[in-house]
Amino acid sequence: MLKIETWKLAVVGILCALGFAFAAPNLLSSEAVDGLPGFLPKSQISLGLDLQGGSHLLLEVEVGVVVKERLESLVDSIRTELRKERIIYGGLGATDSAVSVTIKDPAEAQKAYDTIRQLEVGYASDLADDGVITLTLTEQSLKERRVAAVEQSIEIVRRRIDPQGIKEPTIIRQGDDRILLQVPGEDDPEKLKKLLGQTAKLTFHLLDEKGSLADAMAGRVPPGSMLVPSIDEFDNRGAARMYLLKKRVSVSGDTLVSASLGFDQSSRPAVNFRLDAVGGKKFADITRANIGKPFAIVLDGKVISAPTIQGIIPGGSGQITSGTFTTESARELSLLLSAGALPAPLTVLEERSVGPGLGQDSVDAGKVASMVGLALVVVFMAIYYGRFGVYANVALLMNMVLIVAMLSAFGATLTLPGIAGIVLTIGMAVDANVLVFERIREELRTGRGVLSAVDQGYKLALSTIMDANITTLIAAVLLFAFGSGPVQGFAVTLAVGIISSMFTAIWVTRILISTWLRRTRPATLTI
Amino acid sequence: MRIKLLPENPNYAFLSKRMIFYVFSSLLVASSIAMFSIKGLSYGIDFTGGIMIEVKMSEPDQIGSMRSTLSQLGLGAVELQEFGTSDDIMIRLQAQDGGEAANQAAVNAVKKALGDGVEYRRTELVGPKVSDELFLNGIYAVVSAIMAILIYIWFRFEWQFGLSAVVALAHDVISTIGVFSLIQHEFNLTTVAAVLTIAGYSINDTVVVFDRVRENLRKYKTMPMEQLLNQSVNETLSRTTMTSFTTLLALVALYYFGGEIIRDFAFAMIWGILIGTYSSICVAVPMLLHMSVERRSGEDDQQAQEQQS
Repeated sequence: MLKIETWKLAVVGILCALGFAFAAPNLLSSEAVDGLPGFLPKSQISLGLDLQGGSHLLLEVEVGVVVKERLESLVDSIRTELRKERIIYGGLGATDSAVSVTIKDPAEAQKAYDTIRQLEVGYASDLADDGVITLTLTEQSLKERRVAAVEQSIEIVRRRIDPQGIKEPTIIRQGDDRILLQVPGEDDPEKLKKLLGQTAKLTFHLLDEKGSLADAMAGRVPPGSMLVPSIDEFDNRGAARMYLLKKRVSVSGDTLVSASLGFDQSSRPAVNFRLDAVGGKKFADITRANIGKPFAIVLDGKVISAPTIQGIIPGGSGQITSGTFTTESARELSLLLSAGALPAPLTVLEERSVGPGLGQDSVDAGKVASMVGLALVVVFMAIYYGRFGVYANVALLMNMVLIVAMLSAFGATLTLPGIAGIVLTIGMAVDANVLVFERIREELRTGRGVLSAVDQGYKLALSTIMDANITTLIAAVLLFAFGSGPVQGFAVTLAVGIISSMFTAIWVTRILISTWLRRTRPATLTI
Repeated sequence: MRIKLLPENPNYAFLSKRMIFYVFSSLLVASSIAMFSIKGLSYGIDFTGGIMIEVKMSEPDQIGSMRSTLSQLGLGAVELQEFGTSDDIMIRLQAQDGGEAANQAAVNAVKKALGDGVEYRRTELVGPKVSDELFLNGIYAVVSAIMAILIYIWFRFEWQFGLSAVVALAHDVISTIGVFSLIQHEFNLTTVAAVLTIAGYSINDTVVVFDRVRENLRKYKTMPMEQLLNQSVNETLSRTTMTSFTTLLALVALYYFGGEIIRDFAFAMIWGILIGTYSSICVAVPMLLHMSVERRSGEDDQQAQEQQS
């Protein structure tokens, strides 16, 4: 007991020194930490959103929309292809994950089948005896599309958030089709939701000038055309003005490379944009062929404006004007357009935001609670166990240092329940020492000598300490596995606290006690 | 100057009073179950979905006028409650029909109705999809924690110990839920965390006593079971009370100084420590008496003695 091997002393010493080194940056301001020499640890405990204020949004990518769009574009290609081949067909349409069409003439069915199945990959094709051709999206390609849609959404969300000058936003994928967005310091989620509420899909369409708008409004929309409402023009009854547009996308916003706030000839706000080479050429071709005709600019299913093409627009640069643009809304739109369109709309599943006032109050309350809890336990231990209690208190304080060090080193996030976990640990951490000390008391009572009693106390209490702590660790691990955000923060501090308390309560006190015993060699001992 | 929580050599007759404990515990569990079936739990929005907004008003005591403003919005039941101080108000709205979009609209309607003169301390909105998942995850967590602890005890001790420990554990969990049902405090994710921690603590306490029972079974192979159990409880009694006491000290600090949000958690934990300590001594250990615990043979006894010395 008295002699502790040098290597054990060294390990304990090194661990404690590392603990102080890693915990220390938390005492300094972040500027002071930046000024430290490079070899010192610098990471501080990061506070959760509930402590520093901020917004947490759980978004769902509506991947169904992406799949549906793909299927509908396949329907369009099938229609074009069959018409080109002059094959008579019926019942062409898309369901949730399949496209089907019926070929009337059995003689042509095989030819049609061969044509259609060449159109796109990723489908399982089938030709039934009654001439029904079905293309079903395979599980694999359905999954690929879903993954691609979510990945792309994350990228777009990042590109929309970044220019806002927000510090350290977290944008990560969760589960199959969800995105978790955490923005520290932004306690008004409205601003974020406004940024993410639009898919910002921009397309240019020619107007269907042959079709009758009145007929279309009555429900007879010519094939290949569509009715689209205006974004800002209303009749005197408040209904949006409708446009009859060709379904075919003349130029797509995918080809847009940049957009910025600009002003038109009469100095009203507008959005300037530039297309890439492919888009620019298309734009030039379309404008050349359609001088004098209106050209509709459609954003998310609404017509922004439909200016008349005045002349050829070469080079792919253009301007979107609208009677209702303000400087603010034009800037917002240009930002959305440059970031790119979301592949599918995002739905907010969960939203939590904490104002900076509450966060600070929680931090303050947590500090007071920890200090008071610590003081109560320390004073009580000292009164109850005397000298040994003081040793246990040294271990307890070391334990606090180690918890802070581990949380900093692992980059863990401290949440409000996490603080509760630390306070709870303060109370429970002395348990290991209580077990040892009570055991020593018992051994002393049986008439053992001081050294032997202390030795036995540590030895016999060890398996109990392990058993007792492992059960609490099990609870902490499961909390982490099934919990979310703040509760995981609690699980982390509880687990870290238990592990470091076993180390400090067993090793640190043991060294202190044996050093004291070696120096004084007491004949009797009262704990 | 030392203080003592207990006499030097405690020798309380716990085991002979076991019928009283059984009756008390049975009543506690039965009334908890009855309370839960009648009143249910006051689930937080984590589990029901819905909206919670904490606002700080510029002047105190505006809850009445706020209630009439908000009840005119047609958003279903609006629940208002002072949160700690009289200028801090917690607004709860039920989950809106029409899913995620309707919930968004409701938050905006409330913010518009309250105007600019308030500080929004917290806004939480949980949609139906997420609340269903959180609820299921909460149940998985509690059930799997109890199973995992049972398996661990089974592995470390004989099955009789495992079963007794789990009976005591279930007793603690059920009565905690009963208390939350009785006082109708909010039952949310943090409360589930508290319940799980209580489970861990309750077992921790029980394990310490069981360890001693096992040790004494090796040491005294002829001592009557009841006497042996009673002695084991008394030998570990000062540790049990000591650890519970220091943990309670820390939790009381958390309850009074930790802030309004954490108070329910601290409350659940305080209850859990008290009931967990009681159940280890008065439920788990006496249960062993009815479980026909196997006594070791004389040979084992000798081995145990040798190992110790």
